[in-house]
Amino acid sequence: MLVYRNFRYFKWAALLVLASVIAYWLHQPFAGVPNGGTWLGYVLGTIGAGIIFWLTYLGIRKRRYGIHREGAGKDKRKDGIKLEDWVSAHIYFGLSLIIVATLHTGFQFGWNLHTLAYALMIIVIVSGIFGVYAYIRYPQLMTENRRGLTLNNMLAQVADLDKEMRGITMSMGENINAAVLRAAQETRVGGSFGRMLAGQDASCPTTAARVLVEQVAHQPHDDEAALRRLLSLLVRKEELLRRARRDVQFSALMQIWLFVHVPLSFGLLAALTAHIVSVFFYW
Amino acid sequence: MPDHYKIAVVGSGPAGLSAAAHAAKLGVSHVLLEKTDHASDTIYKYQKGKLVMATPDVLPLRSDFTFERGNREGILDAWNQGLDALKVNIRYNAEVTAIKGQKGAFEITLRDKSVVTAEAVVLGIGLQGNLNKLPMPGAEQPHVQYQLDDPDEYEGEHIIVVGAGDAAIENAVALSKQNTVAIINRSAEFARAKQGNIDLILAAIEKKQVECYYSAAPLKVNAKTMVLKTADGEAEVPADRIIARLGATAPRKFVESTGIAFPSPDPKSLPEVSATYESNVPGMYIVGALAGCPLIKQAMNQGWEVIEYIEGRRPDPADEPLLRERFKGLGDVSVSDVLATIRANVPIFAELNALMLRELMIDSTIHRLNPGDIVFKKNDYTNTFFTIVEGEVGIQINPADPNQLVALKQGEFFGEMGLISGRRRTATVVAKSACILIETQRRSMIKLIKSDASVKRVMDQTAIIRQIQTHLAPHVPKEQLVDVVSTATIESFSAGDTLFNQGEKGDSVHLIRNGSVTISRRIGGRDTVLSYVPSGNYVGEMALLSDLPRSATVKAAVETETIKIDGAAFKLLLQRAPTLKTEIEETFRERVKQNEMMEGRPDAGGIIQFLVEQGIGEGTDVLLIDESLCVRCDNCEKACAETHHGISRLDREAGPTFDSIHVPTSCRHCEHPHCMADCPPDAIHRAPNGEVFIEDSCIGCGNCTRNCPYGVIQLAVQPEPKPGLFQWLFFGMGFGPGEDMSQRHVPHPGKAKHAVKCDMCKDIEGGASCVRACPTGAAIRVSPAEFMSLATLAR
Repeated sequence: MLVYRNFRYFKWAALLVLASVIAYWLHQPFAGVPNGGTWLGYVLGTIGAGIIFWLTYLGIRKRRYGIHREGAGKDKRKDGIKLEDWVSAHIYFGLSLIIVATLHTGFQFGWNLHTLAYALMIIVIVSGIFGVYAYIRYPQLMTENRRGLTLNNMLAQVADLDKEMRGITMSMGENINAAVLRAAQETRVGGSFGRMLAGQDASCPTTAARVLVEQVAHQPHDDEAALRRLLSLLVRKEELLRRARRDVQFSALMQIWLFVHVPLSFGLLAALTAHIVSVFFYW
Repeated sequence: MPDHYKIAVVGSGPAGLSAAAHAAKLGVSHVLLEKTDHASDTIYKYQKGKLVMATPDVLPLRSDFTFERGNREGILDAWNQGLDALKVNIRYNAEVTAIKGQKGAFEITLRDKSVVTAEAVVLGIGLQGNLNKLPMPGAEQPHVQYQLDDPDEYEGEHIIVVGAGDAAIENAVALSKQNTVAIINRSAEFARAKQGNIDLILAAIEKKQVECYYSAAPLKVNAKTMVLKTADGEAEVPADRIIARLGATAPRKFVESTGIAFPSPDPKSLPEVSATYESNVPGMYIVGALAGCPLIKQAMNQGWEVIEYIEGRRPDPADEPLLRERFKGLGDVSVSDVLATIRANVPIFAELNALMLRELMIDSTIHRLNPGDIVFKKNDYTNTFFTIVEGEVGIQINPADPNQLVALKQGEFFGEMGLISGRRRTATVVAKSACILIETQRRSMIKLIKSDASVKRVMDQTAIIRQIQTHLAPHVPKEQLVDVVSTATIESFSAGDTLFNQGEKGDSVHLIRNGSVTISRRIGGRDTVLSYVPSGNYVGEMALLSDLPRSATVKAAVETETIKIDGAAFKLLLQRAPTLKTEIEETFRERVKQNEMMEGRPDAGGIIQFLVEQGIGEGTDVLLIDESLCVRCDNCEKACAETHHGISRLDREAGPTFDSIHVPTSCRHCEHPHCMADCPPDAIHRAPNGEVFIEDSCIGCGNCTRNCPYGVIQLAVQPEPKPGLFQWLFFGMGFGPGEDMSQRHVPHPGKAKHAVKCDMCKDIEGGASCVRACPTGAAIRVSPAEFMSLATLAR
């Protein structure tokens, strides 16, 4: 994604940034401060707006899945443009906007629509940077955490454990029975944003049940074997739950940023359009 | 005085009906004897509304009855109308219990003791009339059934399914959705069924959806229960309904009692018939499934033809127009002349009987080529087989110099190496002179090799020479190879079998002609895989060159065939051919180096081991996912669905993972595709680039789904096309991009299902969608041989 095609898009984007900086440095505005109103400002603004529109087009490009034509895929050597090209370029050109757009502002900020567009853009870019970080870091952690199981596998195993434990606790004391039942019925994996992102549950009924069973085990009791079995099942369930919650957490982390990135991109588009229209209106 | 007819037809299935109809049409005195009170019992018992296919599509129907693709009811109606219209003399409830006599005077005894006499008998009794029954008291009760029309018909019942085959498992699992189901298995495990079904039933038993009685046998059927004999004694199990799926076999006892002989004691064997469908008893003819012809259309044609034969005529076979069409390119010549020329000019086809040759030619194409025309190119993925009827072709042995040709003359064949190894063509072949070639389909050739030992022998011998020349000793003249070839044998290994063990004395070299092997060494008490060797390479030369014991163990990764070359002959060859010796020593040094490097990289060996265990070794193009890059966006699945009528052919999340390499459930395009093995309409093919794909002629029988060991083929209904992006976005029409349209989301009552699988996006611009749509480059398609090479893994 980042090193794709030997940093091809990084180099292109870097070139653009370099050109902008040099141009800005060489450029002496005829009057006053260098801002969007100069010819360079228009050039940088046009480039920046073009890049923004192009970046948002990724949303459509991502859903264009290929053209069906009899025998079209025959020539395998003809390596088409992949989505990976787009994503790689999206990242680098997105980052380049920080420079290009900032230069376009001429460092003039204020409480106005123009700065709003700029601020939105920066938020979108920052959320994108987090996205890149998430996409690099979490896949590996997720694989390690799963150890060959899918989330559904884990939950199915949890359900099996619950069933087995209910069988064991039938003959046990009311408090254990109730705790295990509560652990089976009220244990939650995921749920609200907060719960998903937390990746753990401090008040997990399964943990409560395990603690209770441990306490009971310390006191004299009748059925040593069943209790030990119950404890080991609870521990196993806890471990599965821990992994399942981690899994949900990673999935959530890999998606959460999109909930900022995408809507604000649309906000940015609106603000940008207003910015352009108003600039020409008050020319 | 018994009723006397010229022809008595026994059984009113497609073949028998068609025979009687033709007799009626011709005004020949005849009788059609049917055991039940309706015609065509097998089709009558099909599931209601079942779609009946009319394959093979190219074959014209020759019958006085109509038959085309349609539902069960339509077909039965048409046939019943035909019976009336032609005034066929059909006798219902007329089960035949004995046939005696000889040509001209057969005596047929019926269940009611009445007797019918006839000059000729046509047996069209099929196999399905002889379903194996439960042999115990009470089994004749109405709640005991041997077929299941529609599993959804029953609800809330206690149902016992007897049997452990595919039909029993499928019924049990389907019924368990709405009923309490128990399955009775005579043995201690499910072994007879296909793997997919075994997994299905074991899962259902595990989840307590189906109760299984292992090592149990039914003893007695009561009105509401069934008594079983189990390992722990007798048990009485509640049973509102009993479904026994015990298979069907030829009604051998009855057939043999008429004097007809079976070629082998195998219960699956069928009696042999002549070209006119006459059995070993003169005057007694066999048509339809009992004659080895299970397809309805072919059976009906046989019925029509057998009457013609009995009437003393010899009509052109039904395939005559097809063959004429095939031979059209040759100008104005008769079909029999062409067949005679082929027989005279091509030795490997000379021994075939007339029917086999005709069948082969229908599946073949005749090419007339001019000098310089290319037959196929090196690295093409075609797997057809060519024979030279006239003229000469040349094989380009040196890619750098296309003029260096080895000539093949009239009567010789080529293309067999692709057929055997399932890999790309090893050389380009061009026409040297004007020539006529027969191109035969892979499936027909495989059928031929299996059924005719002489063809297999001739092909194997030629193939050994060519394979040794191609892969081992390309620059050695043929004469020098005589010793090597004469001592060479073909050895077969199943997956996991050992070719030779570390420490053994080396006495031979194996040239892998199909399949692949792994090389491993015991390091610290554990087998560590050092490398993976695909077909077209040799193993075992190291011990011979160094005169030391075998330095490693070689095991077959998949079904593998090798050419085993005797060590002494091989050494002699090396003495005679010094350049070959240098080449092989070069390889030897390379391998020693490689093995040492791999010993230091157990992780790479682990990856090879893992991939081989997943059966990747038999694939040609495999989808792998690097989980350290995969962001689980499922865009690969969405892209697959979007480019393939809304149904994804890959399941990203399913499948095993090792290190960060994940093998999703997706087609590997095997060298010898399991799915192709048993496809009734022959709809599964390999495209020139290697894609194994299913054509529209699929009938949805599900054979490929069950035959695929990797579970990558599914049966699905093609959903409605999706609206455009903006139509969906602004008008809320249909399904949006990437939305799952598979079965569980969109019910399609009454629509026919078809098998769908990955076709490697052979019709999509830019190649495989899954890979192109991956935003991070985690999804890759690789050739296993390349991926498992040291160069790739060492990265």
